[in-house]
Amino acid sequence: MSLFTGHDLTCIRGERRVFAGLRFALDPGGALLLQGANGSGKTSLLRLMAGLGRPAEGRIRWHDVDIADDCETHNARLHFVGHGDTVKPALSARENIAFWTDLRGGGDVEGALSAFGLGPLAAVPGRFLSAGQRRRVNLARLAAAPAALWLLDEPATALDSDSVARLRDAIARHRAGGGSVALSSHGGLDIPDAVPLDLTDFAEAAA
Amino acid sequence: MKRLDWFANPARFLRLARAVQPWATGIALTAAAAGLYLGLFASPPDYQQGESVRIMYVHVPAAWMALFCYTALAVASAVALIWKHPLADLAARATAPVGAAFTFLALLTGSLWGKPMWGTWWVWDARLTSVLVLLFLYLGYIALNGAFDDPARGAKASAVLALVGFVNVPIVKFSVDWWNTLHQPASVLRAGGPAIHESMFAPLLLMALAFKAYFVWVLLIRIRAEIAAGKIRAARLRASGDAAP
Amino acid sequence: MNPFLAIVRRDVRLAFRQGTDTLMTLAFFVIAVVLFPLGVGPEPNVLARIGGGVVWVAALLASMLALERLFQTDYEDGGLELLALAPMPLQIVVLAKVLAHWLATGLPLAVAAPVLGLLMNTPPDVFPVLVAALLLGTPTLSLIGAIGAGLILGARRGGVLLALLVLPLFIPVLVFGVSAVEMAAQGLSPKASLLILGAMALAALALGPWAAAAAVRQALE
Repeated sequence: MSLFTGHDLTCIRGERRVFAGLRFALDPGGALLLQGANGSGKTSLLRLMAGLGRPAEGRIRWHDVDIADDCETHNARLHFVGHGDTVKPALSARENIAFWTDLRGGGDVEGALSAFGLGPLAAVPGRFLSAGQRRRVNLARLAAAPAALWLLDEPATALDSDSVARLRDAIARHRAGGGSVALSSHGGLDIPDAVPLDLTDFAEAAA
Repeated sequence: MKRLDWFANPARFLRLARAVQPWATGIALTAAAAGLYLGLFASPPDYQQGESVRIMYVHVPAAWMALFCYTALAVASAVALIWKHPLADLAARATAPVGAAFTFLALLTGSLWGKPMWGTWWVWDARLTSVLVLLFLYLGYIALNGAFDDPARGAKASAVLALVGFVNVPIVKFSVDWWNTLHQPASVLRAGGPAIHESMFAPLLLMALAFKAYFVWVLLIRIRAEIAAGKIRAARLRASGDAAP
Repeated sequence: MNPFLAIVRRDVRLAFRQGTDTLMTLAFFVIAVVLFPLGVGPEPNVLARIGGGVVWVAALLASMLALERLFQTDYEDGGLELLALAPMPLQIVVLAKVLAHWLATGLPLAVAAPVLGLLMNTPPDVFPVLVAALLLGTPTLSLIGAIGAGLILGARRGGVLLALLVLPLFIPVLVFGVSAVEMAAQGLSPKASLLILGAMALAALALGPWAAAAAVRQALE
């Protein structure tokens, strides 16, 4: 029995059925790589995994407990990286990371800054950061506070090759410590022995 | 899943709607004709208010419907939020403009009645103000419902608003009892039976029945139109292949 | 740091650092009130008569200004999703943001009100009641406003829509806020009106975060 599983998941966006009958399983230290064309539901699936919205059908379980039954515990065990960069223009890079870390009860902000090469930028307000730098600030909160499950939606967007390597290292450290990760990526980020999940297999000829 | 299947096969509801609609139409027209005849010709003028009391036969049922429609709107919204039944979304969306129209009618006829009785078109007492707020709530509901590109978002957001705004309904109903107002207190729906003569009571009830049947009639037409619109959207999506959500 | 306080501290810091929320709210408050002596004429008795109501209406409109952005900026940069995924109930998150909004707008409005009372020729012995009524009433405005701010997330023309949604719901606060000031101006006890304002604040505190959390959740689904 796997740690984090989904069974017979159906997702509806608007009035369109995005996927149906989808299942996944994720083990400690495992990685799940979501693949599929635009609109195949990678983002929708990651949001369902995070508990932002409920599947129209099916169950998502952690250790056999439906995540919908205990949202706060599920929230406490996951990090979510979505499309937005979540960086406030008026706060410095350090303040941005520190806020998200405080929200989860505190952690190692300075270590996270150096893990993503943000040391020299720590005091720079978000409004002066480039798109790639903002993305690194957004990713640095992953390293600041531990969480068992990382859900990453296109985490490598806007990153240079050096930063992609840092992200790969962070994911490797996370997995070495028993953490799991589910991510979508359009290349550029190769994760060793990641289990691929192709969402086009579960797309229906439009319901 | 549920939503799609229901749109794909709304046959059950449509069968019911087709059976009920002619009855609603018939009752609305007959009761309105009888009520208007009794109210405008057969019933006596009021000993205090004279002929202008006849505005009551439109004003009072319209005001009842204003509250009834908002209550229906709130119930449908609650059902839509809790059980996610798509028919409830459609019913709520279809109810709002009808309720707004009845509320406006109640305010308009009240104003016409107020001029000869109170000597003014409008007073800022608790009853009139709370009914005006009710009209704003209807308008807010309609605006919010249509403000999103995704109709499902609009339905959910406006359902939350309908439930929040429901606090106003008891305020409207009991405003004449809680505060000293120029508006007269309830004379039909009150403890101890109606304080109104039966020659006036009969046309009032007939008009109330007519308004209610009219509401059902219009509601069914509007829901059927919404279902048709939903089918068209679904067909367009199918036609456009893997269109973005 | 306590997560609740972390949210309050961040939002207040953002409000002051960007400088716009508090300053613009206060500036709007002053300008809106100043329009009235120019509009109805500078007759001192007339101004004293309508002063309490004018200050209240202006405060109510001013507190609407920053409301649109209560959740909007977080919604746009993805932060609202992370706030919803914080290991605490969404109602508490909403409450923290509402508290920060009130500290940045409602509190400065209440503090500034006596100055505007002077402009409106309001008798100074009414000022304590005016400030007390605003201190009791503005939290209710922020709590009700948060529901509207959640509902308009992602809507077209959200700002105008927000006004249409929440201004009708602000009316009870306005009625009893003004009545407290009028009572005091006539030398009567404003206690009943103030108690009703307090009761409305408590009811809004109990129900507002819950409804606003529902509004935010439906925006994120």
